[in-house]
Amino acid sequence: MIDVENLSKRFGAVQALDGVSFAAHDGRITGLLGPNGAGKSTTLRILSTVLSPSSGRARIGGTDLATSPLAARRLLGVLPHGSGLYPQLTARENIEYYGRLHGLDEALLAKRADALIARLDLGAIAGRKAKGFSQGERTKVALARALVHDPQHLLLDEPTSGLDVMATRHLRDWLRELRAQGRCVLLSSHVMQEVEALVDDLVIIAGGRVTLAGTPAELSQRFPGRSLEEIFVTAVSGAEHASE
Amino acid sequence: MMRTLLTVCRKEIVETLRDRRTLFSLLLGPLLGPVLFVAIINVAVSRNLSALDEPLDLPIVGAERAPNLMAFLSARGLHATATPKLRNVDDVAAAVARGDYDVAVVIDERYDEDFGTDRAARVTVVFDRSKSRAQSKIQRVQGTVESYGQQVGTLRLVANGVSPSLLRPLLVDELDVSTPAGRSVLMLGVLTYFLLFATLTGGLHLAIDTTAGERERKSLEPLLTLPVTRASLLLGKMTATVCYMLVSLALTLAAFTVALTHVPLERLGMSSSFDAATALAAFVVLCPFAPLGAALMTTVASFTKTYREAQTYLTFILLIPTLPLMFAALLNVEPELKLMWIPSLSQHLLITSLIKAQPLDWTFVAISAASSLALGVVLGWLAIRLYEREAILG
Repeated sequence: MIDVENLSKRFGAVQALDGVSFAAHDGRITGLLGPNGAGKSTTLRILSTVLSPSSGRARIGGTDLATSPLAARRLLGVLPHGSGLYPQLTARENIEYYGRLHGLDEALLAKRADALIARLDLGAIAGRKAKGFSQGERTKVALARALVHDPQHLLLDEPTSGLDVMATRHLRDWLRELRAQGRCVLLSSHVMQEVEALVDDLVIIAGGRVTLAGTPAELSQRFPGRSLEEIFVTAVSGAEHASE
Repeated sequence: MMRTLLTVCRKEIVETLRDRRTLFSLLLGPLLGPVLFVAIINVAVSRNLSALDEPLDLPIVGAERAPNLMAFLSARGLHATATPKLRNVDDVAAAVARGDYDVAVVIDERYDEDFGTDRAARVTVVFDRSKSRAQSKIQRVQGTVESYGQQVGTLRLVANGVSPSLLRPLLVDELDVSTPAGRSVLMLGVLTYFLLFATLTGGLHLAIDTTAGERERKSLEPLLTLPVTRASLLLGKMTATVCYMLVSLALTLAAFTVALTHVPLERLGMSSSFDAATALAAFVVLCPFAPLGAALMTTVASFTKTYREAQTYLTFILLIPTLPLMFAALLNVEPELKLMWIPSLSQHLLITSLIKAQPLDWTFVAISAASSLALGVVLGWLAIRLYEREAILG
């Protein structure tokens, strides 16, 4: 479980996050939704410990990020925006590099890499250099890389952007599978349609604040007769007016 | 920590090996430098020396008026060419000025009248001093004509019962104590520059690619989410950089050792003591410079946002180690204990000693290594601190 309490982050004069609180539970897919610049990436970067918050706290699986960031990172798989693969390494080498840095021994690493390559259907490209991969292939390899140490928590930054229809479908299937395994999945997006069929919980963020949160069913109940898309637009524009 | 360092180092080395273009430029630099160096020396040597033994044809106007002089010149390889168009000094001067000839001789019309009287017979050597290519020819012709005059003069004094030594109250001896190896230092002094340069360029790509390049490709951020310290990541990257720098240095030294056997240094009165043992000693002396260079380049690249930007800055960085070398060349400094504290200058002085075939003072070597490594540690620490900033993500 990912637990975020009153998180704030300031870059110079810009208040990127202003008291963000939410929780993402095990066995559920949580969607962090908001327009560009709302603070989604900042939140995910704080959770993946590459940034530290100005105030507030965050825990991953009960481990406080501020006090034990290395321990928290072990519990976490990260799919960054843009795959960030090494173009001169093969798909398998990209996966294995992260496994080694996670401290896996070679036997376990080979077993995990084989399993992920089989599950994500990467057999055909496992031995090829990443520089020629399509966006869909890159996302698959990056996902395998993020899962190589079998993390309980998975952070995905705009995972569906740039993917074609089929690749998006596959990605959704895998995320559902990870949920079924009891993992805690947190993904960000700025397009409601892309995630509404996938997420169990929605956290709508705008202007560095959480403006609305709940399950899709709860939100539909609170705003009867309106689509999730309309609810999202209202929640976002309300915050923009408030911050003006 | 150590395992992370080795994993990162291995990955960076493999990744660079895969990149053909980078690898090609890594190999080209160390091999091209020595080849160019040897080519330049060979041109310089042949321009200075080859002319001395070979026959030289030159226009001599009025050769028929001085048969003895002609015989003297001919015996020393200077032969008159037939030039019916040239009749007097003005014609010859115009021809030389036009660049038709490098040097020419005009025997005065009254030469055979004046020769043997108390009037000096006139011989004019025509040349263009501004032509650097012709300098050795000019000196050779001037010297040969001069020595004919002295020989004739000496014979005349002897014929009159006067000792020729009366005209030479001073006996000026030249005693040059520079060793042949010492003389070659002038020309081989530029060698250290090549070596330092090759060491730095060997690591240039990695220093940039592992920092600014990784950030530009957006692979840095996920890397920083792994349960390893940034210090161990960066140390792994710098270790890989040092490996490539040492390979580049070794290749350059090997290429120089081979190439210098093809330089006719003996013909310049120099001896090249640059054998495999010297190369090995030079490698040992230069080794501590590699971590310093790697840390310096990594630190600078850490400030930059893109590969291209880093490349621009690092081109200037490559000049920094040459500054002490220029200082050394201008002031003609000798190896001293206190100078061993200055990285790059200390290595330059030590390698110069090696080329002079002077014994290495191991205290000097130790201080040179210690000062370079100490500065490398400071810069490495700075690079790690830069990596621990949030701004590293750009």
